[in-house]
Amino acid sequence: MFETFLFVLLAVVTTIAAILVIVQRNPVASVIYLIITLFCLAGIYLLLSAPFIAVIQVLVYAGAIMVLFLFVIMLLNLEKEKKLIYRNRLQKVLGVFLGVVLLAQIGMIFSSVLLEGSKGKFPAEKVAALGNTEVIARLLFTDFLLPFEIISVLLLVAIVGAIVLAKKQI
Amino acid sequence: MVSLSSYLILSAILFSVGVVGFLLRRNTIVIFMSIELMLNAANLAFVAFARFLDSMDGQVFVFFVMAVAAAEAVVGLAIIMAMYRAKENVNADEMNLMKW
Repeated sequence: MFETFLFVLLAVVTTIAAILVIVQRNPVASVIYLIITLFCLAGIYLLLSAPFIAVIQVLVYAGAIMVLFLFVIMLLNLEKEKKLIYRNRLQKVLGVFLGVVLLAQIGMIFSSVLLEGSKGKFPAEKVAALGNTEVIARLLFTDFLLPFEIISVLLLVAIVGAIVLAKKQI
Repeated sequence: MVSLSSYLILSAILFSVGVVGFLLRRNTIVIFMSIELMLNAANLAFVAFARFLDSMDGQVFVFFVMAVAAAEAVVGLAIIMAMYRAKENVNADEMNLMKW
């Protein structure tokens, strides 16, 4: 019962904050609402018994990435947008319409397809006994070793790319 | 016990909000935030499926998605900075350097 209450609370706050992200004129306010969204998602990950993911959600997303966004907004010294949408009304109507159609399509898929699959090797009790972080670490360095190494190369490329792009003369 | 479909519906709503923001907004930084919203919706679906199918692969994939999102944000924001230097604003409508 308490779990359901927590989920409904977090889901409502997440949805409202997500909508506020895209309707704010001031980008700084958008970032603040996005941080609220990400914090609530971290709470939902805790409900799903994924504490490691919840912690890196707060550290990496709400911490590092959002601070990066704020830095860039402050550096660019943007003024508020005069209008939320610059083009004609058709774009607004069409955009919202397409969003609703997409939501309906995803909802139809979720309600029509049987969301079942073969059960994996890690039921919640076993993960709790072994330790969530330990299980993820063991998987990362055994089954997912190659993607893990590729991610390190990707991050290196991103660092080099960001430095090159930030130079005065490109 | 909250069912799997509640989590998936929340994920679908978040993804749709991200898509609408991406389509409507002209400010490149807000477009980027919409992309982050969509990535988070996908992450939520991953974790929910991982929990309800007794598998840990979904959580490992969320780890990878976060790393890719971080790399994408860094490079994208660097591009926005470069565009701002050239154009003095970040409006997506005015970014036409690659057009011919």
